[in-house]
Amino acid sequence: MSSVAANSLDPASAVLLEVRGVAKRFGTREVLRNISLTIAEGEFLTLLGESGSGKTTLLRLVAGFEEPTAGEIWMSGVRLDLLPPYQRRVNTVFQNYALFPHLSVRENVAYGLRVKKTAATEIDGRVDEALRMVKMQEFAASRPSKLSGGQQQRVALARALVNRPLLLLLDEPLSALDANLRKQMQSELKALQREMGITFLFVTHDQEEAMALSDRIALVRDGALEQVATAREIYAHPATAYTARFIGQTNLLRGEILDGMARCGAIEWPSDDPGGAAIFSLRPEAIRLASDAVALPGTARFRAALQQQFFSGASELLEVNCSGQLLRVRISARGPLSGEHEFVFSTADAVRVQE
Amino acid sequence: MSGHCRNRRGPLLLVYAALVFVFIYLPVIVLILYSFNRDGVGGFPPRHLTLAWYRQLFADAPLWDAVANSLKVAAGSVTLSLTLGLLAALALDRASFPGKALFRRLVLLPLILPGIITGLSLLMFFVFVGAQLSLFTVFLGHGTALISVATTELFAGLQKMDRAQEEASLDLGATPWQTFWRVTVPNLKLSLIAAGLLIFTLSMDEIAVTFFLTGRDNTLPLEIWGRLRRGITPEINAVSALILAVSVALIVIWYRVRTRGLGADARELLERP
Repeated sequence: MSSVAANSLDPASAVLLEVRGVAKRFGTREVLRNISLTIAEGEFLTLLGESGSGKTTLLRLVAGFEEPTAGEIWMSGVRLDLLPPYQRRVNTVFQNYALFPHLSVRENVAYGLRVKKTAATEIDGRVDEALRMVKMQEFAASRPSKLSGGQQQRVALARALVNRPLLLLLDEPLSALDANLRKQMQSELKALQREMGITFLFVTHDQEEAMALSDRIALVRDGALEQVATAREIYAHPATAYTARFIGQTNLLRGEILDGMARCGAIEWPSDDPGGAAIFSLRPEAIRLASDAVALPGTARFRAALQQQFFSGASELLEVNCSGQLLRVRISARGPLSGEHEFVFSTADAVRVQE
Repeated sequence: MSGHCRNRRGPLLLVYAALVFVFIYLPVIVLILYSFNRDGVGGFPPRHLTLAWYRQLFADAPLWDAVANSLKVAAGSVTLSLTLGLLAALALDRASFPGKALFRRLVLLPLILPGIITGLSLLMFFVFVGAQLSLFTVFLGHGTALISVATTELFAGLQKMDRAQEEASLDLGATPWQTFWRVTVPNLKLSLIAAGLLIFTLSMDEIAVTFFLTGRDNTLPLEIWGRLRRGITPEINAVSALILAVSVALIVIWYRVRTRGLGADARELLERP
């Protein structure tokens, strides 16, 4: 599993798509600012961001439904942004599927091949194959309106994949599905991507979905890229406070570094970072209940009073108060707690982030 | 309290409504009734029922010429106004250009313009360009005056349409031209049928514009009008009854297509490419 992710991140693997300094303005509204991004062949890259962050606009620029105000988009040595959508070897799975209501499932899937005047026998074979891939053969004759959301989703996937695009764009494809179906489609999507080796550019506002599916995540904030990295990297080393908060839960410790010591309220530890005001991101699961009396090197300790305890099966979340500073701590389940406790964390887990 | 009032007002309102309907529909019923009356338009109540007037009607060659003329004009008008109306609706829905608001009003103006104004101005135009008045000028008159009807219907259809479908089509490699024929037009099929039926009916019934623009060939309404001046015969009643039946049928179909009130099977049939 991890080898797939590692392969696609290998700097030697070929770049499929390159976005160079792209900006997009609608009237006076700047939706995207100076976006530069590369996607490797076979990679699963997710554009993650809040609604209105510009992630869908970036997708539409790659698909060709919008023209960039500035910058260029290249794919396999071809200047993509100068081509109309129908000449790009890119296909899209739309948020609301956008299936053709007047055509059957089979005709929907065959559409791309038919308009390109593919031979009828080849169309039949490839449509069958695509329908089999998404397990929709038995619905070939149905109208899209007769299908459930999940089934329409599969048809939309087959309709795009049957054209063998170099790059598949997915615009929040799972957001209309209920939670269970979404989990199932996530794993099918991931399997499909591995099996076919097609590059996926996926848009979502759901950080869990992004982490579960992607080789790399590009976090979009207010029309600019906040951070682009693997899910693990972005989780372990968020570059900014925004990223740390957006991806997973975190404690943001605000304080300063002075004379080789980081001080955030009552918590302090040695740090050889440059001095000055500082923000640290400390994940709740990086904090433990201290079990021994001696402080080990490379760790920091603090006493805090328990305020709330939320049991969630295998683990529980504590909300503790350390001299007026609220922190969240995730520990493995261990029964009801109360009063003051000693907590410990490895100082390496306190990641200094930008505002 | 209010229930009491309603009880007292109820019967009066009912009588009033009934009288209005009698006023509107009684003449029509009488007209149909007399088309079966052996003794012509005089004498009430009709004593001997007969189909003789219908037999006479079916043997009346000049009348059928008029029907054929009307059908030709109506078919042409449907084609012309749907084509130009679709283009206008597309422009209103998609394009943004200076003077768009004015363009919209100008396109829709014939809807409220009295037919006599449309007819007279078109007549002056044809005289000015030296065109010979004929069925062709009638067709041009109907076809252009009814563009407004086509535009209204088709614009409503375009507004209801999911634009993502057209993007999906382009995305799948279809050119804008292919997308228009394979996605946009099939999506508008119901609006096209509804507009076509309505325009057909309006053109068949049209008198004012036709009166100004026709040459030697009469359309059916003008033929009837001409005969009335020579005296009314139940044959006219018979032809009126038939026109009424066809018009009502067309309007019912139009209304049901428009409201998508058809059964699922019939709708499937209509939507099938």
